[in-house]
Amino acid sequence: MQFQHDVVIVGSGLAGLRAALELAQFADVAVISKVFPTRSHSGAAQGGICAALGNEEPDSWEWHAYDTVKGGDYLTDQDAAEVLARDAIRAVYELEHLGVPFNRTNEGKIAQRAFGGHTKNFGDGPIKRACYAADRTGRVILDTLFGEAVARAIKVYSEFHLLDLVMDNGRAAGVVAYELATGEVHTFHARAVLLATGGFGKVFKTTSNCFANTGDGVYYAYREGIPVEDMEFVQFHPTGIYPLGVLITEAARGEGGFLLNGVGERFMDRYAPTLTDLAPRDVVSRAIMSEIRAGKGVNGGDFVHLQLSHLGSEVIREKLSDIASFARVYLGIDVADKPIPVTPTCHYMMGGLPTNIDGQVLREMFSLVPGLYSAGECACVSVHGANRLGTNSLLDLVVFGRRAGIRMKEDLRELDWPHVRQSSDERVLSRIAGIKHRKGGERVSSIRARLQQLMTENCSVFRNHRDMARTLDSVRSLKDMQEGAAIDNRGTLFNTDVLEAMELESLLGLAETILVSAIARTESRGAHYREDFPERDDANWLKHTLVTRRAEGPSVSYKPVTITRFKPKARTY
Amino acid sequence: MKLRFRIFRFDPSRDCSPYQRTYAVEADSEERVLDCLNKIRWEQDGTLAYRMSCAHGVCGSDAMKINGKCALACQKLVKEVLSDEILVEPLPSFPVLKDLIVDLSSFYAKVDWVRPYLIATNTPEKERLQLPGDQHKISEAIRCILCACCMGSCPVCQSDERFLGPAPLVQAFRRIFDTRDEGLEQRLLAVDDPEGVWGCVSHFECTRACPKEIKVTKHINELKRVIKGRQD
Repeated sequence: MQFQHDVVIVGSGLAGLRAALELAQFADVAVISKVFPTRSHSGAAQGGICAALGNEEPDSWEWHAYDTVKGGDYLTDQDAAEVLARDAIRAVYELEHLGVPFNRTNEGKIAQRAFGGHTKNFGDGPIKRACYAADRTGRVILDTLFGEAVARAIKVYSEFHLLDLVMDNGRAAGVVAYELATGEVHTFHARAVLLATGGFGKVFKTTSNCFANTGDGVYYAYREGIPVEDMEFVQFHPTGIYPLGVLITEAARGEGGFLLNGVGERFMDRYAPTLTDLAPRDVVSRAIMSEIRAGKGVNGGDFVHLQLSHLGSEVIREKLSDIASFARVYLGIDVADKPIPVTPTCHYMMGGLPTNIDGQVLREMFSLVPGLYSAGECACVSVHGANRLGTNSLLDLVVFGRRAGIRMKEDLRELDWPHVRQSSDERVLSRIAGIKHRKGGERVSSIRARLQQLMTENCSVFRNHRDMARTLDSVRSLKDMQEGAAIDNRGTLFNTDVLEAMELESLLGLAETILVSAIARTESRGAHYREDFPERDDANWLKHTLVTRRAEGPSVSYKPVTITRFKPKARTY
Repeated sequence: MKLRFRIFRFDPSRDCSPYQRTYAVEADSEERVLDCLNKIRWEQDGTLAYRMSCAHGVCGSDAMKINGKCALACQKLVKEVLSDEILVEPLPSFPVLKDLIVDLSSFYAKVDWVRPYLIATNTPEKERLQLPGDQHKISEAIRCILCACCMGSCPVCQSDERFLGPAPLVQAFRRIFDTRDEGLEQRLLAVDDPEGVWGCVSHFECTRACPKEIKVTKHINELKRVIKGRQD
């Protein structure tokens, strides 16, 4: 079928919904989502959303901006960090006004707690900046924005999967999507398209990400020749439940929990003397992996312990009840009694589609892709630089989701209806037919498992040229194999087999860009740590990576970082 | 260990009627039922259909009936469901679309009907003040993830599709007891109905099934109490 909407938003997480709310009264807007909106992965965010409200102790947005820049190891574009930190205060009040059930201080204000890398007075010590609703902050914000979308009768196409972008002479003209329930392929014709498809943690084996996080928006844009930015910067959250990878929020440490190695030592004191367990995630993940490599994992194993028992059952019940339930369900552990075994888990992509601070997607040399916008984890503003701080992602979603919505609203005055060819779904249809009719070939799940294993082993917290180069070769062989991969299911209704075959192409394509960027960057910065180049090298590498798809393969180029008020200096905590 | 799964199968585009198919799966006792379903689908039979996403009990996608009880497949470990044959069926109370996937559109329509958003006219410059004790009134209700396990297990929902059902009533509770909401009268009026709160006859199946451990029946009874209190 052919659908037509002024604006098509792909992704119903916080970025997509926030943009949709901005546009609802002014344009015919439709949201396409792989899952029913309240099942989007924004809902898995636990610990909080930060803003310098100063409800618990004096705070300023400048401190927040500084922490964001330093947290990003100075790769953060500082104009974006200023927008984020300044607008945070308005954004959190707005969420409260919409009904987000934040925890409260005794006087009834929004309660705030400490989080990794957030400091007072430009690095003096931890500060309570994270606003929260127990440890289900993302979920209640998602529920709230979805409720608003219901109130404003925003059209949502649930269980529709993005399979292609439709372009008209370099301009976005719509998308092609697959309806899971029926197997039909639909073309959505639009004057403006917002990609808010989230991250792609499923490139890795151990991840906190959901099954839906396969980066389709980023990949299909990349396939159209739009560059991807800073793909080497992949965040590994320090505390994934061992071995599942399920997230245990940093708020556990914000509330006073701490890490212990196999000999019962609070090792973070050695790695980050000022912030200790509340150092940024890249620092803590490296510390954990260093302990494990030194044989100081618990029982010599691949994990350390996160201790919460001293917090008392009341704090756990009031502020950390979801993670207590995860530990109980998956490990049979009562966290008020026993420590949780944890190990780093792939959590967040700092990289994505290059955008300006208004969500407009950029080609190389800063030229715009008319009609194409992106926001959220899918985009690289770059507000998180080389390492995102905890609680800055929920904030990023509502701040830059809104800004993209405002920009689109303005641009719709100029954007006429682009031309869409009758046959713009041809490529997708033949792709599906190809997959369904192929016989023999490797199983999709087996290729995907090999990719995930390779990436987790060779492109995680510690990286080096030799292992990554070998992995790149393997990933390219897997790409060839994927072209001949086979599936069982030739049916039409809810055929997830065929969808996973198509998602695999996204995962492989994005893994290749991660590896190419990571191999090229011969320094260590933020989450990208090279054992063969352990120092940060501002003289040569204070720049963003861009990877563009060319006939001969991915081509790497660079663009400068925007530096305004914070000059790069040594990053210690 | 070796497990046997007996799974409800139905593809309305091909099958005249539902049937069950048995699969042998090798899994550890610590693995999730969802992991087992994935092994079946990825390694044996790619035609099996079910929903899933976050795999740790937050998104609410993989509600189904496991050994006769409604639950999230990602929250049930193999060791909890050990039996000669582990029976997996779609969530009751809803039409089956394919295998373990049910049509939840009536459920979502009921959630929409209770107006799942704050009704408020005042927007102060900063946050509205709300005392912690007031926030606590809804701190259990906000755990609802709309998985519909409660709807599947409720005997009233199974027999009467007009009954609003437990999750929409929890959603109503979440707004009625939010001290910031200004729609109290109309919200109470809406659920004060034989197909609203009075449809619930306290079977407690919803409370037993809720994967987020919400005392659902207690929430519904609290709504009944408030409505009665205002009528007296």
